[in-house]
Amino acid sequence: MHELSLATALMDLVREEAAAAHAQRVTRLVLEIGALSHVDAQALRFAVDVAARGGPAEGATLDIQEPPGTAYCLDCETSVTIAARGAPCPRCGGAKLLVQGGDEMRLKEMEVV
Amino acid sequence: MCGTCGCGQGERRVEDLHHHHAHDHAYHDAHEHTHADGTTHSHPQGPAEHHHHGAEGSRLLSVERDILSRNNAVAAENRRHFQTARTLALNLVSSPGAGKTALLVETLKRIGGKFPLAVIEGDQETTADADRIRATGVPAIQINTGKGCHLDAELVRSALVRLGTPENGVLFIENVGNLVCPAGFDLGEAQKVVIASVTEGEDKPLKYSGMFAAAGLMVVTKTDLLPHLDFAIDRLIENARRINPTIAVLQVSAKSGEGMDRWLHWLDTARALRLAAD
Ligand SMILES: Nc1nc2c(ncn2[C@@H]2O[C@H](COP(=O)(O)OP(=O)(O)OP(=O)(O)O)[C@@H](O)[C@H]2O)c(=O)[nH]1
Ligand SMILES: [Mg+2]
Ligand SMILES: [Zn+2]
Repeated sequence: MHELSLATALMDLVREEAAAAHAQRVTRLVLEIGALSHVDAQALRFAVDVAARGGPAEGATLDIQEPPGTAYCLDCETSVTIAARGAPCPRCGGAKLLVQGGDEMRLKEMEVV
Repeated sequence: MCGTCGCGQGERRVEDLHHHHAHDHAYHDAHEHTHADGTTHSHPQGPAEHHHHGAEGSRLLSVERDILSRNNAVAAENRRHFQTARTLALNLVSSPGAGKTALLVETLKRIGGKFPLAVIEGDQETTADADRIRATGVPAIQINTGKGCHLDAELVRSALVRLGTPENGVLFIENVGNLVCPAGFDLGEAQKVVIASVTEGEDKPLKYSGMFAAAGLMVVTKTDLLPHLDFAIDRLIENARRINPTIAVLQVSAKSGEGMDRWLHWLDTARALRLAAD
C-alpha cells in the first residue's frame, strides 16, 4: 500500500517532467531510495509497473540506487553508517544517533525520447 | 471533483457539511493550486539535459526531485495558511485503536470554550469518529480515504474549505490508524504527535521507527491499564529515544484523567509558541 502511494506520486512527477521536456516517452527512471526510507525496493518495482500502465513511462527500465543510512553519534561524536534506525553505533555501541541521510526518496534522472 | 488530476475520485471523500459555514480564513479556491509545485521552478529553462545517452535519440534529464514533492508543496501551502491564521495544527498518528479519538474527546471537553478548536478526522470508512467529536460541540469533519491508508495534504486542504480554520486556536488532525504511511505524508502540521497505548508492546518504536523519528511528541495512553499488564513503560520510552533522542514524552489515561493536566499544559505551551511566532 505504501509503495503504491509512492508509485502513484512518482508517476505524477514523471508526467509533469516529461511534459515540461516535451518528451514523448520515458525509457528509463533512476530513483534514489535510502536504506532508512522504509520502502521495499521489490514492492516498489511491482507498484511502479502497475502505476505506469497507460502512461508515458509504461515499460520504462527502473534503476533503484539505495544509499546507506548515515547518522551522527552523540556519544563518540562521529558520523557513522547504520543499517536501520535504532541500530547502535557501529563504533562505540552508543544508542543516541541522529540520522543524517539515507531516508531520501528521489527521482534523480529520467531518460526520454 | 477535479477532472484534471483525478483527486476526489474513487472512494476518497470529504464529508459534506451543509450546516457549517466557512470561516474567515477558510480556503476559498481549493483547486486553484492543485498543480502548483514550488520545486518545479527550480528548472526555469526546463530540466537540465545531458548529452546523448542510451537508446538512439534519447535524452537524459536530471530531475533530482523528492517523489512526494507534490504533496510537500501543498503541505507547504497549508503550513503558510496555518501561520497566517495563527493556528496550531497537530497531526495525531498511531496504530488502529490506540486511543486517539478518546484522548481528543477528553481534551476538547477540558479545553471547553477557552480558545477556538476544530478537528479533522481521517478514517478509511465511517463518520463515527467525527460524530464522537461533534458530540462535544467542537466542529469536526470526516475524511474517508477509502483504500488509502493515510491522509495527504490535498485532502486536508479540501477539508479546511468546508470546516474553516480555528484562528488563534488548535486544529487537531486525527490521521488514519497506521504507523507506516502517514509518516511520509506532510500535511502542513506544526508537529506530529504519536500516540502509543500501553497495550501495544514496548518495541513499537523499533518496529515503526519512521513514525517515531518524525514525531515531536509521544503520548503514552491507557495508563489506567498498567496494573493489569506486563508492560515496562521505561523500555518503551528508551526505545523511542533510541530512534529519536529529542522526542518529548507524556503519559495519560483518557479514561481516568491521569496525566491530562500535563498534556493540556503541553498544548497551552505549543499554542503560545505559535501565537508568539511571526
Ligand atoms: N482503558 C482505557 N481504554 C481506552 C483509553 N483510551 C481509549 N480507550 C479504548 O480504546 C479503544 C479505541 O479507542 P479510540 O479512541 O477509538 O482509538 P483510535 O486511536 O481513535 O482508533 P482508530 O481511529 O480506529 O484508529 C476504545 O474501546 C476506547 O474506549 C484509555 O485511556 N483507557
Ligand atoms: Mg479514532
Ligand atoms: Zn558512537
